[in-house]
Amino acid sequence: MTALRALLVRDMRIALRVGGGAMMGVLFFLTVVTLMPFAIGPDLELLRRIGPAILWIGALLASLLALDRLFAADHDDGSLDLILMGRLPIELAVAAKGLAHWLTTGLPLVIAAPVLGLFLNLEPAAIGAVALTLLVGTPALTFTGLIGAALATALRRGGLLLPVLVLPLTVPVLIFGVAASNAAVVGPVPFGTPFTILCALTLASLVVGPFAAGATLRQGME
Amino acid sequence: MAWIDLANPTRFLRIVDRVLPWLTALTVLAFAFALNGAFEAPDDYQQGATVKIMFIHVPAAWLGMFCWGMMTISALGTLVFRHPLADVAAKTAAPLGAAFTFVCLLTGALWGRPMWGTYWVWDARLTSVLVMFVMYLGLLALWRSVEDPARAGRAAAILTLVGALNLPIIKFSVDWWNTLHQPASVVRLGGPTIHPAILIPLLAMTIAFTLLFVALHLGAMRNEVLRRRVRTLRLLQAQTARGA
Amino acid sequence: MEFCYIIDVLNKTKRRAAFDRPAGGHVGTAMDLIGRDLACVRGQREIFAGLDFRVGQGEALILLGPNGAGKSSLLRLIAGLVRPTEGLVALEGGDPELTVPEQAHYLGHQDALKPSLTVAENLGFWIDVLDGERAAMAEALTAVALDEIADLPAGYLSAGQRRRLSIARLVAVERPVWLLDEPTSALDAASQERLAALMTAHLAGGGLLLAATHGPLGLAGTRELRLGGRA
Repeated sequence: MTALRALLVRDMRIALRVGGGAMMGVLFFLTVVTLMPFAIGPDLELLRRIGPAILWIGALLASLLALDRLFAADHDDGSLDLILMGRLPIELAVAAKGLAHWLTTGLPLVIAAPVLGLFLNLEPAAIGAVALTLLVGTPALTFTGLIGAALATALRRGGLLLPVLVLPLTVPVLIFGVAASNAAVVGPVPFGTPFTILCALTLASLVVGPFAAGATLRQGME
Repeated sequence: MAWIDLANPTRFLRIVDRVLPWLTALTVLAFAFALNGAFEAPDDYQQGATVKIMFIHVPAAWLGMFCWGMMTISALGTLVFRHPLADVAAKTAAPLGAAFTFVCLLTGALWGRPMWGTYWVWDARLTSVLVMFVMYLGLLALWRSVEDPARAGRAAAILTLVGALNLPIIKFSVDWWNTLHQPASVVRLGGPTIHPAILIPLLAMTIAFTLLFVALHLGAMRNEVLRRRVRTLRLLQAQTARGA
Repeated sequence: MEFCYIIDVLNKTKRRAAFDRPAGGHVGTAMDLIGRDLACVRGQREIFAGLDFRVGQGEALILLGPNGAGKSSLLRLIAGLVRPTEGLVALEGGDPELTVPEQAHYLGHQDALKPSLTVAENLGFWIDVLDGERAAMAEALTAVALDEIADLPAGYLSAGQRRRLSIARLVAVERPVWLLDEPTSALDAASQERLAALMTAHLAGGGLLLAATHGPLGLAGTRELRLGGRA
């Protein structure tokens, strides 16, 4: 437990200090949402209708692009070697790093979403639904992204490889996240159905992500 | 007092220590006068008491722009004259500019709710300010991502200059985009037709806000100079420690 | 299946008998790190094959050889970071619940430090991850002469100071096996002496170590393993 907490605390400290990546995701999120109306037009009715989708796409890209250096930084300075050698199972170490990343990148996105919802003229119900689905769904994005981050580190390739690998994997999360948000406002499906599936996807990713990423890292150290 | 004197951070600190209390007092007085005027000002026949949000909104918008102008001059100071205080001024102005721009957006939204029935419309003026706010945040992110202030300073100076060149282009593009889409007619503040009973407190508030900005900025610059000294001392401590 | 196993055990016993023990070594002591018939292939190039070694308690084995002979690969292999193509590594007399890497310290080329964390935060993190005791931190920092600057960010340190902070990890958390890859790099004369003293203390305390190095380590009574002789 001490080791897990140490990893969590360390990663959050690094993210919050100078040079850390916390808040970068939110800034990206804000920028994407700001740019959208320039392409779509300032029609508030249209924005209201597609607002949940815009917010979900923005959050999806923001949470994945920031994952790039999650393991690569530890690999480059030799920390990953020592973490792999430690008595803490690598799957748990990966999960701790994923949680730290979600707390510093994913959670701020959830908090920012209602404010950005105002820009898109969303109704209070829609804002609540988007925030709730993002709260449930962004951990799935982060933990699925762990696999891509591990692959990019094992292959010593950074940059765009991660999103290219991971974005297709996030399709189900996107479908049910947006479906649940829309269901809360316009229907016709009740909110509960897609939302429960979204919860299930998140729970599955919490298990699959760390195991797949752990296995990748262990193989990739060769 | 020659300009070169200010280049010496020690002398700068001494001057700030002497000026800041007076400046603070002046700011408080200015706010007392301006706020009094703002409360006394009559309600608008169309907007009611909502118009008083303008007493905060307009000065904040002015400072948001003023601050970028100041950072542009500082950026030239950093890149061309290598003035040691220039990037201190630029760095400490960025969060202030972002804060005033945020206040401008926030008050705009609060004003827009009763006026337009929604917190936000993609009106040309508002949208330009939003883009400027995003650029401020980008600048803050740049300052935050590099630990060495000298290196960060040059990068930020270039970004500031590029931003200063781009802001008018962005403003023009947004206006064009907006007219293209012909938005629903919204209530606008008519430019020169403001009644003197509103105009005078508005000017007073603008002056008070500007004084507030200068006081905050000088204080922040002093803190930044001291922070950099602490950093230098700590670097020195590492260098002179046993067996460095 | 069982037949194969018996053959394997027989082979091992035969090989063990053939091992030459050093004169004056710790014959019969409790803990032995053994490597048997190790082969390592990286990128289709065979780095070494048929490599045997045995290091007993209190012994230091120095790995020698030209660049690319596989010194670093052997250390990483023992640390569990590289999988051997053939052969096995075992710590006889070690904790049977733990793997060899879990009982070893690995000091690689990189210092595994985060520049934005302070000296104490960096060391404290590794103590927690490696299951050590926080109480050992102050002593470890004193041992590498970094106690005065414990609250400075690691990014402010020189290369030698960073190396020493990395070494402090070995002192703060007790592990019987030390795997050191060029441990003296970036260290000045005084720090090298300090490291030699730490290694001597580790050996005297019943530990063992393997070190890859080009220069002298300042240790008495070491054995040498020359790699890359075949090539």
